[in-house]
Amino acid sequence: MIRFLSRLIAAGVTAAFAIPVLADEPPKQGGMLTYMIPADAPPSLDGHRETTYATVHTAAPFYSTLIRVNPENPSSTTDFVCDLCAAMPQLRDDGKTYTFKIRDGVKFHDGSPLTAADVAASWNAIIHPPEGMTSARESFYVMVDRVEAPDPTTVVFHLKFATGAFLPALADPFAWIYKKEILDKDPRWFEKNIMGSGPFKFVGYEIGQSIKGERNPEYYRQGLPRLEGFTGIYAEKQAVRVEAMRGDRAAMEFRGLPPSARDQLVKELGDKVVVQESDWNCGNLVTPNHKKKPFDDVRVRRALLLAVDQWHGAPALAKIANVRTVGGVVFPGSPLAATKEELQQLAGFWPDIEKSRAEAKRLLKEAGAEGVTFELLNRNVDQPYKYVGTWLIDEWSKVGLHASQRVVPTGPWFEAMRSGNFDVVLEASCQSVVNPLLDVQKALPASVFTENYGNYDDQKEIDLYQKMLHEPDPATQRALMREFEKHVVDGEAHEFPMLWWYRIIPHRSYVKGWKISPSHYLNQDLSTVWLDK
Amino acid sequence: MYRYIVKRILLVIPTLVGAAALVFLLMRLIPGDICVVRLGSGGGTFDARAVATCHAQLGLDSPVFLQFVDFVWGFFRGDFGTSMWSGKPVAYEIAARFPVSLEICIMAVLISNIIAIPLGTISALKQDRPIDFVIRTISIAGLATPNFWLGILLILAILDISQAAFGTPWMPPIDYVPIWQDPLRNLSMVIWPALTVGYRTSAVTMRMTRSAMIEVLREDYIRTARAKGLIEKVIINRHALKNALLPVVTLIGIEAAFLIGGLVVTEQVFNLNGIGRLFVQSVQNQDYTMTQALVMLVVAVFVLTNTVVDLIYAWLDPRIRYT
Amino acid sequence: MTIAASPSDILAAGVDDLPEGHRSLLQRALIFCRRQPLGTFGLVLVVVMAVAGICAEWIAPYSPTANDFSAMTEPPSWAHWLGTDQFGRDLLSRIVYGARTALIVGFSCAIIASVGGMVLGVGSAYFGGRLDLYLQAVLDVVMAFPLIIMALAVVAIFGTGIHNVIVAITIPLIPRCARVLRSSALSIREVPYIDAARACGFGHRRIILRHMVPNVMAPFLILLTAFVGQAILAEASLSYLGLGVQEPVPAWGLMLQGGAEEYASTAPWIAIFPGLAIALTVFGFSLFGDALRDALDPKMRDR
Repeated sequence: MIRFLSRLIAAGVTAAFAIPVLADEPPKQGGMLTYMIPADAPPSLDGHRETTYATVHTAAPFYSTLIRVNPENPSSTTDFVCDLCAAMPQLRDDGKTYTFKIRDGVKFHDGSPLTAADVAASWNAIIHPPEGMTSARESFYVMVDRVEAPDPTTVVFHLKFATGAFLPALADPFAWIYKKEILDKDPRWFEKNIMGSGPFKFVGYEIGQSIKGERNPEYYRQGLPRLEGFTGIYAEKQAVRVEAMRGDRAAMEFRGLPPSARDQLVKELGDKVVVQESDWNCGNLVTPNHKKKPFDDVRVRRALLLAVDQWHGAPALAKIANVRTVGGVVFPGSPLAATKEELQQLAGFWPDIEKSRAEAKRLLKEAGAEGVTFELLNRNVDQPYKYVGTWLIDEWSKVGLHASQRVVPTGPWFEAMRSGNFDVVLEASCQSVVNPLLDVQKALPASVFTENYGNYDDQKEIDLYQKMLHEPDPATQRALMREFEKHVVDGEAHEFPMLWWYRIIPHRSYVKGWKISPSHYLNQDLSTVWLDK
Repeated sequence: MYRYIVKRILLVIPTLVGAAALVFLLMRLIPGDICVVRLGSGGGTFDARAVATCHAQLGLDSPVFLQFVDFVWGFFRGDFGTSMWSGKPVAYEIAARFPVSLEICIMAVLISNIIAIPLGTISALKQDRPIDFVIRTISIAGLATPNFWLGILLILAILDISQAAFGTPWMPPIDYVPIWQDPLRNLSMVIWPALTVGYRTSAVTMRMTRSAMIEVLREDYIRTARAKGLIEKVIINRHALKNALLPVVTLIGIEAAFLIGGLVVTEQVFNLNGIGRLFVQSVQNQDYTMTQALVMLVVAVFVLTNTVVDLIYAWLDPRIRYT
Repeated sequence: MTIAASPSDILAAGVDDLPEGHRSLLQRALIFCRRQPLGTFGLVLVVVMAVAGICAEWIAPYSPTANDFSAMTEPPSWAHWLGTDQFGRDLLSRIVYGARTALIVGFSCAIIASVGGMVLGVGSAYFGGRLDLYLQAVLDVVMAFPLIIMALAVVAIFGTGIHNVIVAITIPLIPRCARVLRSSALSIREVPYIDAARACGFGHRRIILRHMVPNVMAPFLILLTAFVGQAILAEASLSYLGLGVQEPVPAWGLMLQGGAEEYASTAPWIAIFPGLAIALTVFGFSLFGDALRDALDPKMRDR
């Protein structure tokens, strides 16, 4: 385990000191980047509390984190570099203690120095939020016992047990470092205000309209940021974003556009637009409500899964929606993911769809649930929810199931899921840093992972997961992951992965220095971006 | 006359209070717990303590009647509470978005009247001739066309025409600057939604002008004027138009409602940061302090506009004054 | 005495020669067609849409909800007369079935709102006094809400879907109808024969049904046609906002959101045809309603 972790850290160290080498020309300084944020406005500006990309795209340029995914190599799932730390951590205690040294000379935008106390305070707010405060990713840090700052330049994380899942969790893009002084006085201050130490300083926030930032001249990385400033404009409608790029009212957006938008922009703008593509650490999930008949019967749940032809649906949907890859519970690009052969053993992924559907019909008949009518709860977002939902309903009709869609806006969608007010729901699992050991927590019952809405309990699953999380040997861990996947998908049909997303970012060709990653939460501080204008 | 004015103004108050009660009631009927929706909107974790704190902060734990009294009293004081979605004061959120919507409304009314009154007059003068049919068709099309469809087609047309004419597509600006800061940029953004929203208003005004004009032209005093040998143009401008425009004034009051309704969808199409879009968002987010405040604002504007219009009408039309 | 003659005789003879009240329904209809060409055109449009909606199963070449991933966003062709949308669904079929949704919503809202408005308006005018005063105050309050605002609020409470949309649109329409019919009914109320009838001991029901209702029929019918158009537009707006009818039900307003805007540049037919369908239908109702008003308006009759 220690050897594995050390190798991980060594890779990170080398990368951290690699000087960013850019393709041909030397980067230019200056310029204002105008980009679009595909949301109306974030509910709040507090990264610890929120899980929406709207918050990240709005405020990430103003903040620093302890470590992060390497902006020069963001598609790697193992390449982590220092942001605020001076060097990647030393491990002690069999991998249970991580010690970080913090950089010198880092200042908050109001001039005050950033010390290890600020880092420790921010992390404590994330891992052990105070009374009445919410920390959205609290469950990612179950392995952490406590965080300390013994002196102004050292932060120490004490873990309860060693696990390979910790370091990637530490690189979470929402883990912004706040000022301890403000946190102590008013932990809710950061919901509406910004005080960070990042590459850009806050200029203005016009509610519902735009966010503006300007270069931080005291940024601790020499020569960065290259931009003079940026403007982020809120534009929820895709048509507006595409047209804005067409008319050069904005250079890009950072979530992802469907293939049709990419094709249109390429056709119309030719070499004035550049497209970056990547697999996306987001996937749709179908979760039946185990407390509603007939979905309390595992045969009916399996039938739902067996009816869908993912192998043929994926390439067709890939043309119109931002989905692409058929995968299991693990991000397809990760070493822990199942291969195609392994996947084809699971129900719902059999290569012969006729056989699969026949089995589905047989199961339905056996369970006495032939021709059942039910409602699919879906989110009122086109890409890809409504497309996948419409496709699923058509697929289910092929085994005689009559499904209708109930499409609701995001807020009520969450509410309905939480209160169990649905038959079957189409949801998504979107994670930032690719960390399969933590990402698959979504499949765990609600007693362990509060964001599971299936209304079921399964001790065997929990035990399997714990065993996997604590396993030091990577090969055994992978085998355990296969077992976990089989149990969740094929065995109990608790929730089934239904197509992983594909991220397509077309942008104006004068924007350089930004590399796409598997997550729209990563690499958003814009420090390396420059404009070739 | 004074009794009429006083009576008319006093009528506003019970209407507003009644509307407030209706709004309040409607919002309380919405199923689901706003705090649960709000806290969990991004899918994050939270617990019962956080929900309880939220309830206390929003005053949801006091009796319903007290909440209503608070609401109405706050409304008269100018305190509309805090948005349940963003935590910022409602007045602040609305004030930030009000200028855009106001500008679009004013421009829509101006443009529509500039187009509609001359066209309506022509239509009335040349009644039942081909030009009349053409104008009537255009105006009915204005009533029939969904304004969001018109908006979509307009944007498309702008992009395609500018691409064909100049080689690169031109798009209106997507961020708003006030008119005194950069008038050209502001107008190039606002004119398109104003046209979209104003088309319907101009259609109604055209029709009303036409029918009012037709009626006036049949009156005896017009016949007399013609018999006296006055030039047609003088008759129209000096005698007919003034009297025909009286009912058109009342239209402004009625059309205000359709303008506001039109704004709600048009702002979605053009991605404008205005009251209409805020309203849709607050309905979707179940932000009912915001929804309440917005509906009350809209109703208040509508009621006041109609009151002012009634008073102007009474002042302009001597027949009403003495009843 | 009714003169039985063929339609062409009547037209040739000059219909105006016939005394009023001696014309049969067919004769009246033909007079209407001759005098109101625009209105007749509107009626034809409406009938075409209605037939499309009613006979959707026989007219539509494909199922409106069948996805066909091999034929996505295809331009109009012999296989698909109006092209296909992003799911490969045939647009012509969806528009034809959409006519059904539009007319169901349109007519339901219009009929319920008009009848409701009639009951409230005529009742209020007839009984007068305190009932009239309070009812008018309540209706004033409801009318202070613009239609779409009220509809959105109702949808926020009851949720989306076709039944809730009908309720959401009907509620704001009722007071508008009640107001108009009340003023018509009031003018009849003042007529002496109503008081005379009361003096004779006739019951309320008989007086209302026999004397007042027939006299408000003209504005009632005009309002009915106007409401159908308004309801169709309102439903389209709600669906466009995502708060009306839901996928995959074919509805014109729904067809204009999402995919239509996404593909507006590359596949404009997805956006053009549903919008055109809405516009033509409401256009037809408006033309017909206008002509009806001209025909039924006593002032305009003696031109």
